[in-house]
Amino acid sequence: MSNIPPRLQLKGMTKVYPTVIANDSIDMSIAPGEIHAVLGENGAGKSTLMKAIYGVVKPDRGQIMWDGEVVTIQNPAYARKLGIGMVFQHFSLFETLTVTENIALAMDDYKEMDSLAARIKKVSEEYGLPLDPGQLVHSLSVGLRQRVEIIRCLLQQPQLLIMDEPTSVLTPQAVRKMFETLRRLAQEGCSILYISHKLDEILELCHSATIIRGGKVTGYATPADETASSLARMMIGKELPVCSREKPVMDGEECLAVNSLSKKADDQFGTDLQSINLSVNCGEIVGIAGISGNGQQELLYALSGEHYSDDKGSITIDGKPVGHLNPDQRRDLGLGFVPAERLGRGAVPGMSLSNNAILTAHRHGMVGKGLLKLDRAADFAQKCIADFAVKCGSKKDPITSLSGGNIQKYITGREILQVPKLLVVSQPTWGVDVGAANIIRQAMIDLRNDGSAILVVSEELDELFEICDRLVVIAEGWISPSVTVDETSKEAIGLWMSGMFPGGPTEDKSTTDPKKTG
Amino acid sequence: MDFDIFIKILVAAIASGTPFVYAALGELITEKSGVLNLGVEGMMLVGAICGFIGMATTGSIFVAVVCGMAAGAFMAGIFALLTLSLMANQVASGLALTIFGVGLSSFLGLNYTSVALSGVPELHIPLLSDIPVMGELLFSHDILIYCSLFLFAAVSWFLSKTKAGLVLRGIGEAPKSAHALGYNVIAIRYIAVLFGGAMAGLGGVYLCIAYTPMWVEGMVAGRGWVSLALVVFATWRPARVMIGAYLFGGITVAQFHVQGFGIEIPSQLLSMLPYISTIIVLVFISRDPTTIRLNSPASLGATYHPSQPHS
Repeated sequence: MSNIPPRLQLKGMTKVYPTVIANDSIDMSIAPGEIHAVLGENGAGKSTLMKAIYGVVKPDRGQIMWDGEVVTIQNPAYARKLGIGMVFQHFSLFETLTVTENIALAMDDYKEMDSLAARIKKVSEEYGLPLDPGQLVHSLSVGLRQRVEIIRCLLQQPQLLIMDEPTSVLTPQAVRKMFETLRRLAQEGCSILYISHKLDEILELCHSATIIRGGKVTGYATPADETASSLARMMIGKELPVCSREKPVMDGEECLAVNSLSKKADDQFGTDLQSINLSVNCGEIVGIAGISGNGQQELLYALSGEHYSDDKGSITIDGKPVGHLNPDQRRDLGLGFVPAERLGRGAVPGMSLSNNAILTAHRHGMVGKGLLKLDRAADFAQKCIADFAVKCGSKKDPITSLSGGNIQKYITGREILQVPKLLVVSQPTWGVDVGAANIIRQAMIDLRNDGSAILVVSEELDELFEICDRLVVIAEGWISPSVTVDETSKEAIGLWMSGMFPGGPTEDKSTTDPKKTG
Repeated sequence: MDFDIFIKILVAAIASGTPFVYAALGELITEKSGVLNLGVEGMMLVGAICGFIGMATTGSIFVAVVCGMAAGAFMAGIFALLTLSLMANQVASGLALTIFGVGLSSFLGLNYTSVALSGVPELHIPLLSDIPVMGELLFSHDILIYCSLFLFAAVSWFLSKTKAGLVLRGIGEAPKSAHALGYNVIAIRYIAVLFGGAMAGLGGVYLCIAYTPMWVEGMVAGRGWVSLALVVFATWRPARVMIGAYLFGGITVAQFHVQGFGIEIPSQLLSMLPYISTIIVLVFISRDPTTIRLNSPASLGATYHPSQPHS
């Protein structure tokens, strides 16, 4: 059997961008039916390499061999013709079109909408990923959107499936389900290129791995023979950093209290908040777990002050009602807030790092007699850059010139340096690499040790379990009772995420009283 | 007697609304691809004078139509080159195109202000046009009006039933996604913009060879702007474009008749109506964000560069 040529072989793939070498002579080979991991930090060049294989990006040098023959993949249509399918990290879906229309756009041989819809229904059910073909994509949850992408690929019976960071938006249960699908595909002979920076997933799923750092291959490995720490060494060039977290001091006073906060969503496709009760004490980190689109957005808008609450007492900071205050007034009371959207909500894209610091930190001596003290702002920015190891040209550069992870470090650092009494953070390490994520997490833990109250909203359970003292789950706008991290497990929280908690939406639909336990 | 006048107004409203139908359906296709071309007024003017010259020189309606469409497409081509290839700002380029079109059409039309044309004959469809009321209303128009109805059917069918229409909508919605799937965003937008220009040109031709068969400087008189407003008014749906076009057409002709009835409304007030009603509709549909989200092309007016990295 060894004389079968590899499904795909890359030789000396190189892609140079004006400021960075994304791929530097990368060699790689995947056999039919193999699940092959491409492992690397953010910005290591994984996505660029995959796009080159799929014909979205033109490589500057290098050779692609398909089933033993040299091919030039000029565009995605040709890649699909060869039998390559790709599930993108940032979905390539069209929100205002239906599932069927979205899939039709990627089919080169589609003829008739109705028969395509029937095929989608059939294939999606066959793989245990059922979809309603007539639904509009923007009304789907992130997990379902990914399903659309996967089914779109499967309909073309691919020989090679590229999955770019597919699990970042899924519950543990959904991840397991997807792994089953992938294993089944591999058994049917389909090769799978699995891109990720999550080591445990690669250890569990993949047959072999190529590790990339700074655009270069730093090693090939068989995950079965490796451990998480040995893979991490190859990926980041040093030991996997671990956050140090001391036992919490659970006697702080209540800092944030949310009392039966209900709110109808502005958007038809938003989630209504259902009488939410929540409290965060000084000196502890509380995590809100949940699949995105279950009311996190609405809750965060209400907490930050971007949306007012009908009852001003439904949110209190240090016992003072704040439901009627705007974000700036709430910040005066000691609130720090880091939104999930780094650019636009967290920072003004075209403005410099230094000016972005003024936006929230102006109350710390950067304004006098109505005039800006730009040197103070510059000092603050410089300290933030140094303390949080932000990689940037200078504090005068526009913030868009930074990578996503560095922007995240900067805007989180900006809030932490102000030592807020209460810090609310959404998706603190979304799309941030291991090293940077660790800096951010450690900074939050240190802030908590100094007595601040911290509320973290995240979809990554690993992260919540690493840094939080207590956890609650949000599902369909309902919030679960809180549990300490030591008392629970990822599986239990995963179950709660689907709404199965005391008083939750799937527990007992007939009652509107969230306190009632059934 | 009054009923006869009413029918006459309706027939006139159809004729008066036809330039809007052409220009707005063209702009609808352009905007569906994600490009906002504010140069409709300019493209209509240049299309009008070129069609007029074609008609005056050869006497052929066909030549006039071809000249007008080519001129409109040429103007749109300039716009496409600026915004799609050279990445210029669409709003600024569109406004410049209108100003340029006003000047160019005046210049080209210098020697044609006193030329009279015979106009476009009405096609009386045998039998059908003899039906009382309906015959006059539906079956006794000139060929360009029938063409505009055909255009409406074609555009509706194209957008809702064909793969090409789906691709066009997809590109207006998410050009980066379309690019990732392998569609040539820039090329398809070029086609959409050129089509929009040709239709604006045709709308101009209709105006100066059929509606009022003569050339007067600046004779498009704001109809390009109304067409732009109409696309928004119709929330990017062809059927509503038709309704809006005849409604605005009706308002235009009503100006000439209300005084006859002894109603004292200043004509200036009536000519404001299309704009006022557009603003009212805009406010109305903006109250419901989902209507906008579902119908308006999400990438409208944003410059797209294929090599821009995904953020």
